[in-house]
Amino acid sequence: MLKCDFQYQQADFLLKIKLEVQQTLLGIVGASGSGKSTFLKNIVGLLQPQQGSIQFNQRILVDTEQKIYVPMHQRKIALVFQNALLFPHMNVQQNLRYAEKLVANLEGKFQFEEVLELLELRPLIQRKAHQLSGGEAQRVAIGRALLSSPNLLLLDEPLTGLDSKLKQQILPFLKRMKDELDLPMIYVTHHLQELEYLEADIVQLNQGQLQNK
Amino acid sequence: MFSPEELSALYLSAKVALWATVTSLPLAIAMGWYLARYEFRLKFLVEACLQLPMVLPPVVLGYLLLVLFGNKGWIGQYLNAMGIELAFNWKGAVLASMIVAFPLMVQPIRLSFQLINRQLEQVAGSLGASPFRVFCSISLPLAIPGIVIGSILCFSRSLGEFGATITFVGNIPDETRTIPIAIYSFLQQPDGENMAMRLVALSLVLAFSALIANYFILQKYQRKLGG
Repeated sequence: MLKCDFQYQQADFLLKIKLEVQQTLLGIVGASGSGKSTFLKNIVGLLQPQQGSIQFNQRILVDTEQKIYVPMHQRKIALVFQNALLFPHMNVQQNLRYAEKLVANLEGKFQFEEVLELLELRPLIQRKAHQLSGGEAQRVAIGRALLSSPNLLLLDEPLTGLDSKLKQQILPFLKRMKDELDLPMIYVTHHLQELEYLEADIVQLNQGQLQNK
Repeated sequence: MFSPEELSALYLSAKVALWATVTSLPLAIAMGWYLARYEFRLKFLVEACLQLPMVLPPVVLGYLLLVLFGNKGWIGQYLNAMGIELAFNWKGAVLASMIVAFPLMVQPIRLSFQLINRQLEQVAGSLGASPFRVFCSISLPLAIPGIVIGSILCFSRSLGEFGATITFVGNIPDETRTIPIAIYSFLQQPDGENMAMRLVALSLVLAFSALIANYFILQKYQRKLGG
């Protein structure tokens, strides 16, 4: 599935990743500054490794030796950031449709209605981003990512900044996604409990190096 | 209510200001976006050139335009051969207004692009939007406040443009005599003070209306964004 063997250096921080992901849900846990977000940004294409390669489903996304670098919008890997980052000039429905419209008709994996159902977004669809609570906004952001029909979904501490009550509301949705959707996911967090609840396979990132948990 | 001469000046001013705003806009958006997004070695030089029309005496600017775009000017002679005449023509007034008002248009647009959360663009990219689509669907709509302010500033500044215009295109009734030039002309006539005063009042109304429109458009957009 996902095969990474790359190095990314920024100032005096070195991220050195050698990893093969076969699981539906891989959890990466690590302290702040351990390189979790940097890892995801390399996978999605926001950052470019200085050395090595990244492959997904036998497709080469990055290979520094062959000078291959697939741009972010062609990777079909969606990233949900810590903040929901909904487009503020659109309402919830427009945010969701935005992602859906970017997918060619036959490539759509998830139906709009199906995503509304899964994440219980129907009551929210006419609301603007600023009219949503943190938890609601994050559910919309996850729904939007699903509607872009990614082959891999990256979640970068999606529950950070939410209080424990809101976390308890969203975690079951993520669990449903894991159980019901045929979609590989990488979930990054510094809260081990979230990964345990989601029954993820867990690896630890420590100062830019992966270790088995 | 208004004399034919006054109406002609009003019509011409509106035409010149509108053309100057519309033709400057794509360039100002491109320039504002580029300056907001990229750092490059000669950026200071580009910035200085951009600001130059604001600090140069308008007459100097008009004279430079004449040297460059006059019928026998460095560029003007070639344009002339293609049948494009700028000097002593209303199109020249558009060019003079564009150059004078351009810095005023670019700055708010640039600031708007700078204030956009770059992560919104990154999210759109990760959803599969190409860079051009990200620009059209995310960056551009979010920069609308700056684009509106820039356009209104450009339009208002063009309405008031005098020095560069009179030097480059002269004072030809129905062709290049815009409101400020008409006011100047009326003030040269022994009985022209009343007409000049009416045009002064009209200028005030136009400028004030533009600024009020600016305020309401921005209010509406802020509400849309939930600010």
